[in-house]
Amino acid sequence: MIKHLPALLIVIPLLAAIITPIIGRIHWVLSWYTVTITTFISFVISLSLLQTVLLQGDISYWMGGWQPPWGIEYAIDNLNVYVMIIVSFMALAGAIYSKNNINVEIDEARKPFFYSVYLLFVTGLMGMVVTGDIFNIYVFLEITSLSGYALIAIGKKRQALVGAYNYLIMGTIGATFFLLGIGYLYLMTGTLNIADLAARLPEFYQTKAIFTAFTFLVVGLCIKLALFPMHFWMPNVYTHAPSAVSAVMAATGAKVAAYAIIRVMFTVFEPEFYTLAPFNIQPILLILAVAAILAGSIMALAQTDIKKMLAYSSVGQIGYIVLGISLMSVNGMIGSLIHLLNHAMMKGALFFVVGAVVYRTGLTSIENFRGLGKKMPLSMAAFTIAALSMTGVPLTVGFVSKWYLAVASIEIGMWWLVPVILLSSLLTAIYFWRIIDAVWFKPALGEESHGHEHDDHQKPKSNDAPASMLIPTLTVAMLCLVFGVFAYAPVSLAEKAAVILLK
Amino acid sequence: MTSFLPPAFIFIAGAALIPFLRGRLKQVYMILLPALAFLNLLNMPEGSSWVLNLWDYQLIFARVDKLSMVFAYIFVIMAFAGAIYAAHEEDNLQLTAAFLYAGSSLGVVFAGDLLSLFIFWEIMALASTCLVFARRTQASIKAAFRYIMVHLFGGLMLMIGILMHVAETGSLEFNLIGLSGLASGFILLGFAVNAAIFPLSAWLPDAYPESTVVGTVFLSAFTTKTAVYTLARGFAGTEILMWLGITMIIYGIVFAILENDMRRVLSYSVINQVGFMVVGIGIGTELAINGAASHAFAHILYKALLMMSAGAVLYLTGRSKTSELGGLYKTMPWTLLFCLVGAASISGFPLTGGFTTKSMIASAAGYEHITIIWMLLTVASAGVFLHAGIKFPYFVFFAKDSGLRPNEKKLPRNMLVAMGFLAFMCILVGVYPQMLYRLLPYPVGYVPYTGDHVVGQLQLLMFSALAFFMLLKYLKRTETLTMDTDWIYRRGAHILVSFLSVPVAWTYNKLGYVLLEKIPNVAIWISKNPLGAMKIGASNVVVSMAGDKEAKKALQKAKAAYPGTLKEWSISTAVSIALVIFVVYMILFFS
Repeated sequence: MIKHLPALLIVIPLLAAIITPIIGRIHWVLSWYTVTITTFISFVISLSLLQTVLLQGDISYWMGGWQPPWGIEYAIDNLNVYVMIIVSFMALAGAIYSKNNINVEIDEARKPFFYSVYLLFVTGLMGMVVTGDIFNIYVFLEITSLSGYALIAIGKKRQALVGAYNYLIMGTIGATFFLLGIGYLYLMTGTLNIADLAARLPEFYQTKAIFTAFTFLVVGLCIKLALFPMHFWMPNVYTHAPSAVSAVMAATGAKVAAYAIIRVMFTVFEPEFYTLAPFNIQPILLILAVAAILAGSIMALAQTDIKKMLAYSSVGQIGYIVLGISLMSVNGMIGSLIHLLNHAMMKGALFFVVGAVVYRTGLTSIENFRGLGKKMPLSMAAFTIAALSMTGVPLTVGFVSKWYLAVASIEIGMWWLVPVILLSSLLTAIYFWRIIDAVWFKPALGEESHGHEHDDHQKPKSNDAPASMLIPTLTVAMLCLVFGVFAYAPVSLAEKAAVILLK
Repeated sequence: MTSFLPPAFIFIAGAALIPFLRGRLKQVYMILLPALAFLNLLNMPEGSSWVLNLWDYQLIFARVDKLSMVFAYIFVIMAFAGAIYAAHEEDNLQLTAAFLYAGSSLGVVFAGDLLSLFIFWEIMALASTCLVFARRTQASIKAAFRYIMVHLFGGLMLMIGILMHVAETGSLEFNLIGLSGLASGFILLGFAVNAAIFPLSAWLPDAYPESTVVGTVFLSAFTTKTAVYTLARGFAGTEILMWLGITMIIYGIVFAILENDMRRVLSYSVINQVGFMVVGIGIGTELAINGAASHAFAHILYKALLMMSAGAVLYLTGRSKTSELGGLYKTMPWTLLFCLVGAASISGFPLTGGFTTKSMIASAAGYEHITIIWMLLTVASAGVFLHAGIKFPYFVFFAKDSGLRPNEKKLPRNMLVAMGFLAFMCILVGVYPQMLYRLLPYPVGYVPYTGDHVVGQLQLLMFSALAFFMLLKYLKRTETLTMDTDWIYRRGAHILVSFLSVPVAWTYNKLGYVLLEKIPNVAIWISKNPLGAMKIGASNVVVSMAGDKEAKKALQKAKAAYPGTLKEWSISTAVSIALVIFVVYMILFFS
């Protein structure tokens, strides 16, 4: 049983996804229980895999007992166990959170289907992370994407359909690019296993087919990752999807795409490839990353809808992740990996809070956040913590990742990146300050006029989100602080992964 | 485990409770908190403790040695006096911010590594901004905004410096850094902003006088003195500081003499006094560092005392321009008395704190045979007496009777008690300097009360007093001069002073306006719709180069419609961009 844990990670949610709509016919809450239990099991399995990796080293699981280059291998090392834990934890938090949240954002009749698709989405993500076979990554990528389109469109908002459709087009192009890249790799080496590919590729490093393969793979994954300027699908998706979906997609979907890029760039291809390439590959990604960081922050400033603002801020945060990757140094990679964790936590928490506000008020404009500090104190406290972490205030996890990114860029002599990082932190502080100011220091809309007379005896009633929404929100927000202070655990894991990747 | 708490924690955790307390309980609590911290200080053994392992690095929250202890003692004493002075205050924002501010300053002083130093540094900036903001007038809100912008800039420089320092040395420890290379330059710049080293000093007289009665007292003590501590720790013996310090001294004196607002006079005087300490740090010998530390100690006492008396006057009269005050000695005898002690102390009269501390720095310059510094310091002492020692008390309490008869009985009793306490401390340090000398970082062999020192100092003071009363009519602000045959030297001196100060003031105002108001506003405007802003900017250029009337009208319309609705990008654009990137990659690979 223990031996088969890597397979169970995929099999359990996949089977549960089939059962969910059926038992949902009795009552939709049953499907919620199924999802929560399933994601919880996934999380526990991830933890036990982490323990195994830490104690016994990398795991190689042979699907169906077939030996690797021929069969499908599930290869787990420090890198993917790290991503796996982030994904499964956020999937669990999202599942718990969704119970009350979807009451207002999804039709009653569609709830069981929502949970079924949700599980498929999680299956796809876990599959992409756990597998050691590049074609398998593509397959799971498609599972994730297809279920993702459905998740977005399942909400009550009509605009979500357009968003989902745009995402469908972009996602398909991205996935096709990825598949074409795999095709070229297979053409040249005759293998799909990642470890095997890594061993066979070096002799073809100078060939045009491999150059083409690399381009297809990277551009395809950048589209899935929504790296600026290929991000156009993302803001509308995050804005119009149900909040629980936005939270989980922002926290996990982009992370797994980033994981896939890291895998392709540093495991399938090895650093040697970049020294042999006819031009310096680093600057392209670096420039895109810097453009993403700045453009994302500036665009976020311009928004009046909070979900859209968070979406654009994601564009900027993805820029940070890619920045760390493109630095191609150990500290940069650590920064990138910590930012994966960081962004998953804080963006998850922020979308959770927005979902809670939608649940209580039904509105998402920034105006509408005025005076919410008194009505929803706990949610808003979580929002504030996540916003601080987003800005990179010391003692939050956001500071740790930015610190590593800054140190890495100074180390390799690109000190001009430091002002970029700091400037974008400043912009982040500005666009979050607008909201925090409105939340805590401004009276609620329509209450300014008769505020002073009843100041003492008519305090607004606290009307916070229900516990099933508050608990995951607060947990995730607290983790931003916990990992900010006790950052040793994630950093040491990320460091091991980074050292292996960059050899 | 260690037997003490880092004092920063006592204050910061203590500050969190303040808003929940009421009435007498709150007053007692606020006064007990620094007292508790003081007892705690006595209990702190030397060495590093309270170490937190933060991912790869160590944060040290309590690095205790003599240098940090002397600053800690005076900060806690100051917080105690400040708490008494603020006891009548009911505004929770001010009180919480004040305690947070004092606590974070203590945090900086005990920080053994650059990262925790930076964290407290930023809390300090934030809390002090709240103190400026707390007056809640239009002017103070604007001043608070400019203040936080300057300090964010300083913090940014510090952060960049720390990052580069860590990348270079691989260690976060905060010890002697010394000016060498870019990293230390950035760190020095960050410290210099807080130390108000000229030309980064404009924020101080801009913000402090706009704060509340209580706020200014706290502000005058902590920000600059923590910076003095960090400079003494990190940059002792950096020669350029000596010259920067001298510039600060002169700059402070000139502007303090020209200024009319009493709290602004005292703010310039802060710059001037910090200049003395910076000179001491620049000299960097044991005696000089001792001098800087002890001068910081004494300066906090008397500057807070002066600020308190100015605050008391403001509290009762609501005025702060010296030209509108005068003749207050009749009804505010106690305030006058305490103020005079502070004034005597700042000018370095024997038997007061200033005498036993400031002269150490001048002597250090003398021992090192840096003659020009020694001479300038001595001249400057006279200048200090002129602007802070006589000008402030004279124009406020004596001079032309303004007809104001504020009733001192209406002044909260606790304010007088706080002033009395500080006046007592000033004299205590003056009469019994060994107590302070024992706290100093290096062993002190210095004896202040020698015959020639006392006589020399008295001579200096008497002559500058004489000069003051002879030049009295020129020193009065806002009074027109009568023309006579003495026009040439009188006018000449005036023109010379204007010649020096007007360009500096003008540059500051312009720079401050552009950097702190214009640029942020433009940035806010652009951020509302970046693409639209760029379009308007481009057509602006086009119109100004070759614009007909219609183009101008169109531009005006576009400006009026700004920010408008944000454009949504179509998905076809996204696909084409992805293809372009793909093609770029391919071209680069195959060329």
